Amino acid sequence: MNQNTPPLITAEGVRVTFDGREILAGIDLRVHAGEIVTLIGPNGAGKSSLVRAVLGLLRPDAGTIRLRQGLRIGYMPQRLMIDVNLPLSVRRFLTLTSKIRPEQSQEVLRELGIAQLLDQPMQSLSGGETQRVLLAKALLRRPELLVLDEPVQGVDVAGQGELYRLIGRFRDRLGCGVLMVSHDLHLVMAATDTVLCLNRHLCCSGHPETISHHPAYLALFGATAAAQLAVYTHQHDHRHDMHGNVIPPAEGNGHG
Amino acid sequence: MDSFIWQALAAGIGVALIAAPLGVFLVWRRMAYFGDTLAHSALLGLALGLLLDIDFNLAVMAVAMSVALVLLLLQRGGRLALDTLLGILAHAALSLGLVAVAFVEGVRVDLMGYLFGDILAVTLGDIAWVWGAGALALMLLALLWRPLLALTVHEELARVEGIRVDLIQAVFLLLVALVIAVSMKIVGVLLITSLMIIPAATARRLSRTPEQMALLAALTGISSVALGLAGSLQWDTPTGPSIVVASALLFTSSRVLPSR
Repeated sequence: MNQNTPPLITAEGVRVTFDGREILAGIDLRVHAGEIVTLIGPNGAGKSSLVRAVLGLLRPDAGTIRLRQGLRIGYMPQRLMIDVNLPLSVRRFLTLTSKIRPEQSQEVLRELGIAQLLDQPMQSLSGGETQRVLLAKALLRRPELLVLDEPVQGVDVAGQGELYRLIGRFRDRLGCGVLMVSHDLHLVMAATDTVLCLNRHLCCSGHPETISHHPAYLALFGATAAAQLAVYTHQHDHRHDMHGNVIPPAEGNGHG
Repeated sequence: MDSFIWQALAAGIGVALIAAPLGVFLVWRRMAYFGDTLAHSALLGLALGLLLDIDFNLAVMAVAMSVALVLLLLQRGGRLALDTLLGILAHAALSLGLVAVAFVEGVRVDLMGYLFGDILAVTLGDIAWVWGAGALALMLLALLWRPLLALTVHEELARVEGIRVDLIQAVFLLLVALVIAVSMKIVGVLLITSLMIIPAATARRLSRTPEQMALLAALTGISSVALGLAGSLQWDTPTGPSIVVASALLFTSSRVLPSR
């Protein structure tokens, strides 16, 4: 991780609302080249909204999001639904917007275990295969920034760890920054440099080891999620009500 | 054979050639009913053209295009169930068109001709319009093909990968509006989408790539026109519906063939 070069993503004070309902507020985010930043948080925490705002798919109501000039992004969306009436092979899917032939990237395809699927129709793939093909499409662009929205969705538990290991390995090789969404901290721990725990606001952020014992994290995910990790004590700097909202300083302990 | 048959065939083939490759996108993007709504709004365009005394091809295109853009905006706003909205708009536009045509004084409009088409009455001018506009539309579609396919597969992914989704989307809708204007006199507003959707569905089982499917759909469309026209002459049946029946028969036979 190189903190001396300017970050790939610099987001400050990002606020997103839908129909006047606040989805995200006061979010700061930085992703450097070579760094893996993981957004975790419960459903509805605004993880995907933040990713979509970074990608320019959604306009924040306040705050600024700056991407480094000319940044090449590889994006892996959360879901892919291709109509069964569209005859599309995996090979064709991978080359839809890029001129790089899959054959030139045999190594990537082999590592992802999809080299033998090139002539299969996209619709015949299993959930795990679809995720790996989506990751391959993002990687074939030789991205400087990888954005992965729930990359292990639909992948069995054994495959999830493997997929995270692969993401870490590709980060090492490409030297790209990675911004990904997950709701399972202990699975992404090994492959993550920085964790941002979101629940419409930024609950806590830092190294995954630290986060997993952060009271704000424990309050969101419960002790079971952290039970598998070593004990570590930490100063609680704010509290949540049952909906995960921060209790105002008057009632709680203040917000850090 | 009489020249009017050849003229009918020429016009019908021209329509099939462009309707089918656009139709495959309507099928892939699940926009069949969307196309129907645009086609029905064509009648409103016709009435507008008569009332304002402007070229009705232009009027039809303008109205279809406006309806398409309004639908696009409503859809983007979310929350409105699209099928309900289309169900309302399709029939409201059709009825509004019928009512508006009735208001045009002093002009006798062959309504049946516009609803079901009157392919046997096409003039050389009609054929020139079909082939001219069709060639232009095919050229634009060829230019648009790659980005349109990418956004059909995943709109947001395409956007992130640098495709100008809104522009491509707008041109695609313009092409659909153009084809509707072109085909209105030939197959009629009620039947236009069938020439877009049925050949595409027929081609599906025989195709392994998107391009193959578009090409096969065009060939199927042409066969439907030829068969329908022949049947109509043989048994003295209405031509537009005969063409649709022929294409439905081709679709049914394609289901019997083994899938690829």
